[in-house]
Amino acid sequence: MTDTSSSQGIPEPEGHSDLIDTEYEIGQSNVDGNVGPFGFDIHNPVFLISGLTIMAFVFYTLALPDQSGAMFSAMFTFVTTTFDWFFLSVGNIVVLFCLALIVLPVGSVRLGGVDATPDYSYVGWFAMLFAAGMGIGLMFYGVSEPMSHFSSALGGTAVGEDGLRTDWAPLGGAAGNEAEAIRLGMAATIYHWGLHPWAMYAVVALALALFTYNKGLPLTIRSAFYPLLGERVWGWPGHIIDILAVFATLFGLATSLGFGATQAASGLTLLFGSGVAEEGTRGFLGFAFGNTEGSGVADSGGLLVLLITVITAIALISVLRGLDGGVKILSEINMGLAILLLGFVLFVAPTMDILRGFISALGAYLEYLPALANPFGREDTNFVQGWTAFYWAWWISWSPFVGMFIARVSRGRTVREFLICVLLIPSLVCVLWMSVFGGTAIQQFVQDGYTAVVGAPLELKLFEMLAALPLASITSLVGIILVIVFFVTSSDSGSLVIDTITAGGKVDAPMPQRVFWCTFEGAVAIVLLLSAGGLASLQSMVISTGLPFAVVLLALCVCIWMGLRTERAAVKAAPAE
Amino acid sequence: MRRPKGCKRSFKLARPPFNDERGNIKTVFTHLMMPIDLAHTDQQVRATAVAHDMARHYGARLTFVGVTPAEPTSVARTPKEFAEKLSAFAHASGDDAIATHVVQAHDPTVDMDRHLTDAVGELKADLVVMASHIPQKFGFASHGGRLATHTSASILLVRGT
Repeated sequence: MTDTSSSQGIPEPEGHSDLIDTEYEIGQSNVDGNVGPFGFDIHNPVFLISGLTIMAFVFYTLALPDQSGAMFSAMFTFVTTTFDWFFLSVGNIVVLFCLALIVLPVGSVRLGGVDATPDYSYVGWFAMLFAAGMGIGLMFYGVSEPMSHFSSALGGTAVGEDGLRTDWAPLGGAAGNEAEAIRLGMAATIYHWGLHPWAMYAVVALALALFTYNKGLPLTIRSAFYPLLGERVWGWPGHIIDILAVFATLFGLATSLGFGATQAASGLTLLFGSGVAEEGTRGFLGFAFGNTEGSGVADSGGLLVLLITVITAIALISVLRGLDGGVKILSEINMGLAILLLGFVLFVAPTMDILRGFISALGAYLEYLPALANPFGREDTNFVQGWTAFYWAWWISWSPFVGMFIARVSRGRTVREFLICVLLIPSLVCVLWMSVFGGTAIQQFVQDGYTAVVGAPLELKLFEMLAALPLASITSLVGIILVIVFFVTSSDSGSLVIDTITAGGKVDAPMPQRVFWCTFEGAVAIVLLLSAGGLASLQSMVISTGLPFAVVLLALCVCIWMGLRTERAAVKAAPAE
Repeated sequence: MRRPKGCKRSFKLARPPFNDERGNIKTVFTHLMMPIDLAHTDQQVRATAVAHDMARHYGARLTFVGVTPAEPTSVARTPKEFAEKLSAFAHASGDDAIATHVVQAHDPTVDMDRHLTDAVGELKADLVVMASHIPQKFGFASHGGRLATHTSASILLVRGT
């Protein structure tokens, strides 16, 4: 018989890339076996320590709610007030670093090798970027944040007895000047949702994609530190990095799941459960769960638990259907619904005003950006510490999860294309979203004197804004579905990420592990929701983890630079070999 | 071998190639496909031997199929390296005529069955020989069962190593 051995099926040859020469074999630290019919293949000790630490923190929070709450809250306040300058500086550095990579020659390096082709189309890719990255935040803060900054800017500045400012206005505020307050409010909002957060995600994602697809290291956070730590990344320094990432991801997801459930429950209650029983106006949810007599805010544990169970169950189905059959499809559905809602609000609101507002907001952002991003000598302490530092810590604590997920779906793009698509385009979309939702709410307040949004609790502001527009019942329902599906897409992609990290970077670990993490996350969220203040205190703790990760971000910039330089040199040298 | 009671021998065992009713020469199987898990080749020795023997016996082509993600795995650090290792495995199994076919999957834990089903169609395989319940990790329906449901190929599951 002749040699007809052939290799087909790989879409394109991967081309030359600069593999790191390491003795480490993926999975060599893993323990595998079966528990009944269910197989497992987990990293030792990352899986065990992560799981046990998470449970220990949950028990601590439940057993000593007051002490733990006070401790985490003090930790959070300390981090955001003492290190506000550091967070702002790190944010600026990563933005400048990413922008530099776009224009520098190393931007031509392709993730996955010179001949790699993208795994996903632009539509699928964008949908997944958004769904994992900040979809839910856009729903939660899309209306409330521009309104808050507008109100505080309009209120002007106030100085306390100690000479420090007591107001929450960004920069110097715009006392009594509505037009300028709108511009400043939008600029401040876009600053928090635009280039800076996406640059933080992009740095983590780029580092992971580069060291996984080009350098051949496992898809886990520690791999990105290989240039700095060398073979030590496979030992305890690497274990600690991975455990921290799992910890931040799981608690980040669980606490957000809790808050998201509160928003969805409040929306549902507003639609179907509010009203007064005696007047016969109480909706069926009010009867079913005994919550909310008129306030519209969900206070029923039963409804919240039901919602988290539903979200977790859908996430579980999505996880079982995998990246293509579950996560991607849900993300695309979500993006479609979000575009519909955005288009509807843009259409029924004063369209030209909103579009003019969009251009004006972009201009205001560029104008105020240097002042807003200045880390030193700021007088608007409340704004810098309470808003910006909070956000930066929040984005950074989420960056291992979102970054790793973005890395997983970004193979085949060049660094330049990757950064333009992960940094610039999402920032623009965020500006549009904030201009439409926040802009509409501000217009309602300024032009029509509609004050319901201003007075509404945070989780209801979106629904109050929609209530003043036509077809409010339908759009509110779409809003609730969006909140729920955004959580599902965060939950399923988060489970994939945690599973991969705790399997030592194996993306083909057994299915029961994903099921375990997805269920575990839902269970933690339910337990925390039912304990008074548990969610808020643990969220404070998670955001505090943003501080060590901020240092990690800077280290990653160095690692990316080192990795890209060797990669480009190797690719250039390849034809001569 | 003793026939069960009541079971009558109604036809002669055909030797490949055999003639159909009109006298045309037919082969029993033309293309055998064997999914290979490179991480557990030690557990597929028996199935590999069966696939070899059947391919020789029927004069059929034999293709080893491997599914890999783009990310580094315990088997290979790149899909290209995976393809090389699968080829090396095919050569090492003693028959130079064995072809290899590599499928790159986004999420192999979930998509394995779909990719194997697609590979059956793409290769026009009429017999799939596979080791059963390896690596016994998925806890759900077997790959062989799903292939039998979703393809028209014959499926031979080989138990034991």
